[in-house]
Amino acid sequence: MTMSDDARANMEWAEWFQGNYRLMTDEEKALARARLERRYSREYGKAVSVDGTPAQEGVLMGYALNIKKCIGCRRCAKACVEENNQSRGKDQEIEWIRVLKMEKGEFSQEKMNQGYPEGLGIQVGGNAYSPAGVVLEGEHYYQPEAVPEKDSAYMPIACMQCEKPPCVKVCPVRTTYREADGPVVIDYNWCIGCRMCMSACPYWARRFNWSDPKLPKEAMNPVTHYLGNRPRMKGVVEKCTFCIQRTRKGRYPACVEVCPTGARKFGNLLDPNSEVSRIIARKNVFRLKAELNTFPKFFYFMD
Amino acid sequence: MDKLKRFAIDYVTYVVKGSPAFYAWVAFLGLLILGLLYGTYLHTADGLRYTGLTDQVHDGLYLANFVFLVGIAAGAVTIVFPAYVYHHKGLHAVAVLGEMLAISAVLMCILFIVSHMGRPDRLWHMLPVIGIYNLPNSMLAWDTLVLIGYLFLNLIGGFYFLYKKYTGQPLNNKFYMPLIYVSIVWALSIHTVTAFLLNTMPSRPMWHHSMMPIRFILTAFAAGPSLIVLIFLIVRARTRLWIDNSAINQLATIITYCLGLSLFLSLSEVVTELYANTEHALGLQYLMFGMHGFNDLVPWFWGSLAASLGAFVILLTPGLRRDYRWLPIACSLAFAGIWVEKGMGLLVPGFIPTPIGEFSQYFPTTLEIVVTLGNWALGFLILTILLKGAIGILLGDIAYATSMQDRVTASDTGVSPTPELT
Ligand code: SF4
Ligand code: SF4
Repeated sequence: MTMSDDARANMEWAEWFQGNYRLMTDEEKALARARLERRYSREYGKAVSVDGTPAQEGVLMGYALNIKKCIGCRRCAKACVEENNQSRGKDQEIEWIRVLKMEKGEFSQEKMNQGYPEGLGIQVGGNAYSPAGVVLEGEHYYQPEAVPEKDSAYMPIACMQCEKPPCVKVCPVRTTYREADGPVVIDYNWCIGCRMCMSACPYWARRFNWSDPKLPKEAMNPVTHYLGNRPRMKGVVEKCTFCIQRTRKGRYPACVEVCPTGARKFGNLLDPNSEVSRIIARKNVFRLKAELNTFPKFFYFMD
Repeated sequence: MDKLKRFAIDYVTYVVKGSPAFYAWVAFLGLLILGLLYGTYLHTADGLRYTGLTDQVHDGLYLANFVFLVGIAAGAVTIVFPAYVYHHKGLHAVAVLGEMLAISAVLMCILFIVSHMGRPDRLWHMLPVIGIYNLPNSMLAWDTLVLIGYLFLNLIGGFYFLYKKYTGQPLNNKFYMPLIYVSIVWALSIHTVTAFLLNTMPSRPMWHHSMMPIRFILTAFAAGPSLIVLIFLIVRARTRLWIDNSAINQLATIITYCLGLSLFLSLSEVVTELYANTEHALGLQYLMFGMHGFNDLVPWFWGSLAASLGAFVILLTPGLRRDYRWLPIACSLAFAGIWVEKGMGLLVPGFIPTPIGEFSQYFPTTLEIVVTLGNWALGFLILTILLKGAIGILLGDIAYATSMQDRVTASDTGVSPTPELT
């Protein structure tokens, strides 16, 4: 065994023994991050930084998406994978953003009499069996030649950063929690992989690392945050964090930057002049599955 | 202290001695446990990638067995309750066997949870005292606590009883009876909390109804005693411990009622869901008839229903229920029916379709099956050890008095007085 192997083993032991990130003192947090920086830098062969910038005062991050403008190109999903160091490849592909393609259904003349009671039959409805723009029942594996496809509408979804997040409520060990500036984050080092949060999330926004993530060295994004895009390990859950490694430094999330149609907007909900606040004030906005009282901070709108 | 030491030594010596059939049984279980060790090694080294689980259906065979076994643990109360509350003589004599079953069932639950966890090396995060609990919010945190509590209640109650029996001292009822009453209520709580684990999530419409806790209790009180009846019949046939017919008949009655009621609740659920036929019914519809060409679970549903109905019909016929050739058939059917119902009939379809409407199938891989069998084998090994020792004490084969004599006579003759037991 070489010295460096020893050091690495020691580092991982220390990682294993460390407590819940939120309950650590500032020094402990700094130590934990430094430990990770050393390990990641060695593993990926480049200088990796693990940031710990805490929530900013007076900020509540919010997101708005113009579903009229989304063309289903899925560049956001790709940019997200690259920015946030998700696992790629056939074996273990993890995407936080899913773009649902929904076919526009129609009512047709032929079906007018379908389900009409004949004799003493039961009336079950004429056209009711074909979709007519069904919410949240879309295809997200579509492979078109060109986008947007005719007769299709697109609805991208990811973690809604619920204000009342069911995923946080069910976590037995307080590994996932809502940060003061809004995003719901996960301490990957404390997650036991019970997947309760995945069952509880009504938006299918969480992903599980079934094996060690496949993250190519050269493609690894070395600018990371402890609670955001740092490389994950096997057996833990991960999800969108509104790119806290960027947004806490005043930048836009990667998906906002990359969207070719400008469908995605991001900003501070507490600031009435921010783009999202203005959208909420002026446009018709809606949230998904509002009946579940999760109060998403992800708003859909159209103009 | 010396008595306690002798108790432990006598218990162990008694348990390890047995007939060839006993050793064959243990060896068979050992073989299955090897599979478990191999699977656990793979899970730890490589994660859960060898399972059939996906981000869509992310809980499967392991969690299903966990849910089922909590029921078996709770079901042990069907002996303890009539024994101590209704002073049922036949059951009173063997009540401690119920506690032994509860102990092994809880241990099996823990085994399955460990297999289910993505990071079992972080188990300590959810242990009392050293871990952190998300109380009062998280049902899984509650579940962990009540299960550990139930384990200790039964360990203390069961072994206190056995120890007193061993030393020939009377029970201290001021200590023992409260323990029994608490454990009866506690048994209900463990399966109720398991039901809450699933049914408190509106994200999974199929689970989200208040009928689940009561149905869980009923199926537990059908599956648990079914297993106990089977065990009792084996014990009667293979050991000198006679378990009274009245005890077995009492359990059969309990199974009949609970199975019947649980079938009725299933029917209510099916009618409620399918009549209105909203999107919330998709999971159930998928389970019963298949959808969009996916129908893997359909045979499981109908098979489970057929098994439960078959068991119910046999049990409802007095002549068959009291016939000890038919009774084990009914019990096996009920046990199997409920096992399938908890796994393929409840847990898996809860994930299909996903919250965004995706249909995907799940089927356990060979490795999952090997690990599951291994977990069951380890559980049965624990059960065998616990039951054998308990029976030895009930029979008076392990006793402090004889143990003291033996220490003299055994050195004279070199013959062990232990009878052969399986
Ligand atoms: S969308 Fe899902 S993962 Fe995100 S905060 Fe809400 S419940 Fe949690
Ligand atoms: S999988 Fe991790 S984050 Fe999710 S509930 Fe379990 S411990 Fe919490």
